Amino acid sequence: MSDARSDIFARIREALKVKAPKPHLKGDGAPGKTSTLAKPWLPDGGETADDSLTILAEQLAKLKGVFIRVPDHAAAAKAVAELSANKNWKKVAYHGDALLRPIASALTCETWEADASFDKQRLEGCDAGITTCESIVAQLGSILVSSASSGGRALSILPHVHVVVAEASQVVPDLGAALALAKARHGDQMPSMLSFITGPSRTGDIERILVLGAHGPKELYLILVG
Amino acid sequence: MSDAKSIFLKDATVNAADGDQRAFINKALGGYYTNRDLQKARYRDWERARDAASMAKWSAVNDLANVLEKFVANFERNGGVVHWARDAEEARAIILKIAEDAKAKAIVKSKCMTTEEIHLNDALEKAGFGVVESDLGEFIQQLRGEAPYHFVFPCMHVKREAISELFTKHLGTAPTNSPEELTMIARRHLRQLYIDADIGITGANFLIAETGQISITENEGNARLTAALPRIHIALSGIEKVVNHLDDLSVLLPMLATAGAGQPMTCYNTLYSGPRKKGECDGPEQFHLVLIDNARTRILADPEQRDSLHCIRCGACLNVCPIFKNIGGLAYGTTYQGPIGSVITPHLRGLKQWNHLSGASSLCGACTDACPVRIDLHHHLLHNRRNATKESPTLFDLAFHHGFTFVIKRPWLFALGGKIFRATLPLLQKLPLPYMGAWMKTRDLPKAPSQSFRDQWKNPNV
Ligand code: SF4
Repeated sequence: MSDARSDIFARIREALKVKAPKPHLKGDGAPGKTSTLAKPWLPDGGETADDSLTILAEQLAKLKGVFIRVPDHAAAAKAVAELSANKNWKKVAYHGDALLRPIASALTCETWEADASFDKQRLEGCDAGITTCESIVAQLGSILVSSASSGGRALSILPHVHVVVAEASQVVPDLGAALALAKARHGDQMPSMLSFITGPSRTGDIERILVLGAHGPKELYLILVG
Repeated sequence: MSDAKSIFLKDATVNAADGDQRAFINKALGGYYTNRDLQKARYRDWERARDAASMAKWSAVNDLANVLEKFVANFERNGGVVHWARDAEEARAIILKIAEDAKAKAIVKSKCMTTEEIHLNDALEKAGFGVVESDLGEFIQQLRGEAPYHFVFPCMHVKREAISELFTKHLGTAPTNSPEELTMIARRHLRQLYIDADIGITGANFLIAETGQISITENEGNARLTAALPRIHIALSGIEKVVNHLDDLSVLLPMLATAGAGQPMTCYNTLYSGPRKKGECDGPEQFHLVLIDNARTRILADPEQRDSLHCIRCGACLNVCPIFKNIGGLAYGTTYQGPIGSVITPHLRGLKQWNHLSGASSLCGACTDACPVRIDLHHHLLHNRRNATKESPTLFDLAFHHGFTFVIKRPWLFALGGKIFRATLPLLQKLPLPYMGAWMKTRDLPKAPSQSFRDQWKNPNV
C-alpha cells in the first residue's frame, strides 16, 4: 500500500492534468513577488511618514486602542508609570529589552522580566505586559509583535493589558511593507511566532454585539517615541 | 428522496416560517453590513483587490503539487512535523496517536472548521480525552451540543438569555443579560484551561510556501493562547490553504476581515513557523501539522469548479444569502453552510445525497458578488444541478427530456400541442393542478392568446 503523502500528490498531479481557465479579472492587480510593489488599490497607508502617523492614529482610535505619542524615552517611562498608577496595576511583566528595562524600573509596583524566568502561572497573575514590537502598520492600525521582540508568545496575549513601546521610525505604511521588513530582518530564521495585533481582543459572538477582552488583553496601549 | 434531503426540507420549512428568528438574524447581520461597507470604502479599488486575491489563490491551487512541496520542505526545515491524511479517518487516527503518545490529560482547541469536518471532538472524547473549545461561539455551541450555525459566527442564532441559562446550568454562574458579562464568564472559565492543557489544537487559514509558516486569523486571542501555552501544538489544515508568497497575505488578510466581518483586519493574524526556537522563552516543544485531502482533490479534478478551492472561509456569501437568512445555518446539515457549503458539500459527501442543496438558491448571485476571491458560486450551483441530472437522472427528468426532444423535432406536433394548450388553458384555471398548489394559491394563470406566435408571424395583419 502506498503512503498517504504519495497518494495525495498522485491525485493532485492527476487532477491538474486538465487546466482551469484563469479567473475573469476586472483589472490586472496580481500581487507582486516582492512587496516593494505598492498596491494602490488597498486601503491607503500614507505617502509620507506624517501621513502614515495620521492614518495610524485614526485607525487605532477606531479600534479602541489607545495611542500615546511622547517626545523621548524619559517621557515614555513617565507615561507608563502614570498608566500603572491610574489603573492600579500590582504586577507588571515586561520583555527583557534595553528599551524596556528603564521603563520597568521606574514603576513602583512589582515588576518581572518575564522572558528571563518564564512561568505561565505567574504571567496569568500579571495585570499588564509591556513589550516592544517589530513594526507598526499605519494602513490598518496593526502592531506586529514576534516571539523575538515581545518576550515570547504569551507575554503579549495573556495579561489583561498590553502596552507596546516603540519608536516612531518603526511605523511602516502598509502590511506589505511590514512583511517585507520582517523577511529582510530575519531571513530564513523567522521567529517561531509573528503576530499582527489589531486593537484589543474582541468578540461579537453574542448577538453580534462587540465586546472587548474576549480572551486576550482588554486594553491595548501604543506608546510611540519620537 | 435522500435522507439528507427530507431532513433539509423539513427543517427549512419550519425555520422559514419562524418570523421571530429571522428578524433576530437580520438584526444581528445589520451591523455587519454597515461595517463592511465602511471598510470597503477605504479600499481605493475593491474590484482590483478582488482580482489580486483571486489570482493569489488561483496561482497556488493550479500549481498545487509544486507549491505544497515547497511549503512542506520549508515547514520541516523550521522544525515542524508534517502528517498526511487522505481522509477524515486517517486525520483522526493521526491526532489520536499524538495525544496518546503525549499521554495528554487536557486538550484545548481554537476554532477550526476542518476539525468539524472530521468530527474530531467526538473521536477524542470517545478515546477518553477531554477537549474544550475556546472560541466563545464554539464554546457555547459545545455546551449546547449543537453544530455551528455559521462557520464564522457559530452561535449567532442564540439569544443572550439562552446563553445565560446555559452558563448557569453548566458553569453555575449567576444569570445575566449583558453580553459583556457573559463574555467575561467564559474568559474566566477558560483561562486556567489554557495553562493546564497539554495539547493545543488549531486550524490554519493560510500555509505560506515561501517561508513554511502557517497563518491563523482570529479575534479573541484564544488561538494565540492555544498555540502559546500547551507543550504540543497540532494544526489541521486542508491542502488547498497554501499560497505562494508571504506578500500574498498583504492582500488576503485585510480582505478576509473586511468581507467576512466588516473589520479592517481581524484582531490577531499570527504566523507560526515551528515549535519554540532556541533562545525563546515559551511556546510548544512540538509542532505538528496534519494536511488533509478529504475529497479536495476531487474538486481539484473538476476544472469548472476548481475555483471553489480558492475559498478563504470568510463567510461573506452566507451573510448576504437570502436562503441562509431565511432557513438558518443548521438546516443545511453540513459543516460548511450557505452558498459555498451548497457548492462543495456534494463533492465532499456525494452528489446524489446532497444535490438538493444546489436547489437551495434563488440564483440571485449575491454570493458571487460578495466573494472576495471571485468564486463563481451561483454558477457552480447550476453546474451541480446539471451534473446531478447527468449522473443519475430521475424518471421525471428522463420522461421530460425524451418527451421534449420528441415534440421539438416535429413542428406539426409542436403546433398541435400549442393549439390544445391554448384551448384547454381556461379549463386548467378551474382544476386543482397537481404539485402546483402552493404556487397557485397566490397566482392566476395568464389568459391564453388566440393565436400562436408562429401564426402571427405568418399573418402579421390579422
Ligand atoms: S466562497 Fe467566497 S464569500 Fe464564501 S466563504 Fe469562501 S471566500 Fe468567503
